[in-house]
Amino acid sequence: MSDATALAQRLRLVEARASSDNFKDRLFHWILAAAGFFVLFSLLGAMYVMFIGGQAAFAKEGWKFITTDFWDPANNIFHGLSPIVGTLVSSFIALLFAVPISFGIALFLTEVAPTWMRNPIAIAIELLAGIPSIIYGMWGLFVLVPMLGENVYPWINDNLGQLPLIGQYFQGVPIGVGLLTAGTVLAIMIIPFIASVMREVFLTVPSRLKESAYALGSTTWEVVWDVVLPYTKSAVIGGVFLGLGRALGETMAVTFVIGNANRLASLLEPSTSISATIANEFAEAFADEHRAALLGLGFLLFVVSFCVLSVAKLLLLSLKHREGR
Amino acid sequence: MLTQLKCKLAVLGLAAALSFNAYAAQSNGAGASFVFPAMTKWSSDYNKATKNRISYQSIGSGGGIAQAKANTVDFGSTDAPLKPEELAKFNLGQFPSVNGGVVPVVNIPGVAAGAIRFTGPVLADIYLGKIKLWNDPAIVALNADLKLPALPIRVIYRADGSGTTFNFVNYLSKVSPEWKQKIGEGTTVRWPGGFGGKGNEGVAAYVKQIKGAIGYVELSYATSNKLSYAAMKNAAGNFVQPSLKTIQAAANSADWANSKDFYLIVTNAPGAESWPITATNFILMSTKPKNPVNAKEAIKFFRWVYTSGDTSAQQLGYVPLSPELVTRIEAYWATKFKY
Repeated sequence: MSDATALAQRLRLVEARASSDNFKDRLFHWILAAAGFFVLFSLLGAMYVMFIGGQAAFAKEGWKFITTDFWDPANNIFHGLSPIVGTLVSSFIALLFAVPISFGIALFLTEVAPTWMRNPIAIAIELLAGIPSIIYGMWGLFVLVPMLGENVYPWINDNLGQLPLIGQYFQGVPIGVGLLTAGTVLAIMIIPFIASVMREVFLTVPSRLKESAYALGSTTWEVVWDVVLPYTKSAVIGGVFLGLGRALGETMAVTFVIGNANRLASLLEPSTSISATIANEFAEAFADEHRAALLGLGFLLFVVSFCVLSVAKLLLLSLKHREGR
Repeated sequence: MLTQLKCKLAVLGLAAALSFNAYAAQSNGAGASFVFPAMTKWSSDYNKATKNRISYQSIGSGGGIAQAKANTVDFGSTDAPLKPEELAKFNLGQFPSVNGGVVPVVNIPGVAAGAIRFTGPVLADIYLGKIKLWNDPAIVALNADLKLPALPIRVIYRADGSGTTFNFVNYLSKVSPEWKQKIGEGTTVRWPGGFGGKGNEGVAAYVKQIKGAIGYVELSYATSNKLSYAAMKNAAGNFVQPSLKTIQAAANSADWANSKDFYLIVTNAPGAESWPITATNFILMSTKPKNPVNAKEAIKFFRWVYTSGDTSAQQLGYVPLSPELVTRIEAYWATKFKY
């Protein structure tokens, strides 16, 4: 009898425990879901606010807002092709410089450098990623601009500027301010991001694979190109796009060296980017139309970044499919 | 021992809290960055003198106007005055706070500070891109004593929207019909060519680095960065050097008496000694404030600024208002802010 009551009591306890656990589990589930949806909600909220703010500009200017180059705050005409092109071109130049260098850094650190050297350099790269962008901007303005202006721009102007067809994109006033300088500063800024991702994924390659390749008589380059890179391809591309994402939105460093001229130009002439235009003009934008146009540009930057990241994802998916076969 | 210390700390804390309450008179302002250094200095001096607190956020003229219209600050500040109709619509009053000067600066080898002379139309033609070389006949005609090289002119402007730009292009619009028609005026405009530097310091840095550059900065930047500033021909036909004195002359000669709500931009001022590109910062205050106590506090602050803030303003390169103008503002306050 007493045994039966004890058992019943224990069963009740277990049941109570189970239902309380059930409740706690569900609560935890909802808390986690809320945390997850918070990201989605803030993303959509920011996008919505930008869109609503910029709507007046889209309605007034129509397609000209993104297809024509004429930005005239004094007369309330806002056609924003040049900041859009400036953002894309400067980011593209940044990738052009940053990807090969980052690749070199990552390979050096994982394959070539003596072991004692690897950690200090890796730490230095991570520190480089932590430098505030305004420091890069000031460094760009005071060091890089005169250096490029005196040594590199004149050479490009005299040599590449004479080429047929594309020559016009390499001509300009050799002062050192422009899309090319902006791209160079951006490259230096995103190298740490790309390089540290590459380094980490290269470390994941099983040494058995590499050792087998070496044993078969491969050179370092052959090991890298035929073993390491195919093994890590998708992650490497992911790292590159991470850098691209940062380059697209970078404001402060670009503003200092891009020359801030709202017109389409060659790589050596001053131009502007979306984020630089917003940062420059928003505070003193009196007219409602001007504010709307700047918010509209912000929305476009949102869309451009979104597209770039989507393309990156698609690319990664297709690569994975191919890897499977 | 420890409890004693705790006791003392508690007393100290209480005293601090009490004193904080006693000095609670505070008012908040926001707006133009042009006047921010002066505002900071004034509010800290004012706090030392009266224990009252003024906080000023440098969010730009656009923000200052928006917040004053929305009645969310006790005072707003703008570099471009609002028209009387607009003020009436939003129940606002407007008065000047302080003057400053915008100065053209150049980087031409062998040309010292204050040596080169411009007229308004020549300056406009340079910024329009019509005058391309430093030895252009139009410039040489004004500077027969200088040896000007055949160096291309590199035009530098403010990339960020600013009161400095507003007053500079307002002046160019007044002296050059072509500028007015083609470019117009505003805190940022569609520059026909050249390079945009960020802030006064950005423009100063470009002018220093680039041979053949011309830019425009606030007076204090022109003198503190050892840049070669230019003399300008004013409306009276005299060449004047940029200085606190000539800016003062321009501000004094301006026709405040006939301006409604102080709606007046003092560029191209009459007067033999006037610096032609003189700028004024304006304060916007609601005539029906949400918090009349704070609004009164703001009025008190500006009264203090007009009487005791002159020296610190001058040290920062600003030019205080003339006594006559201050009398006029006092009369304006009496009619406008009745609470």
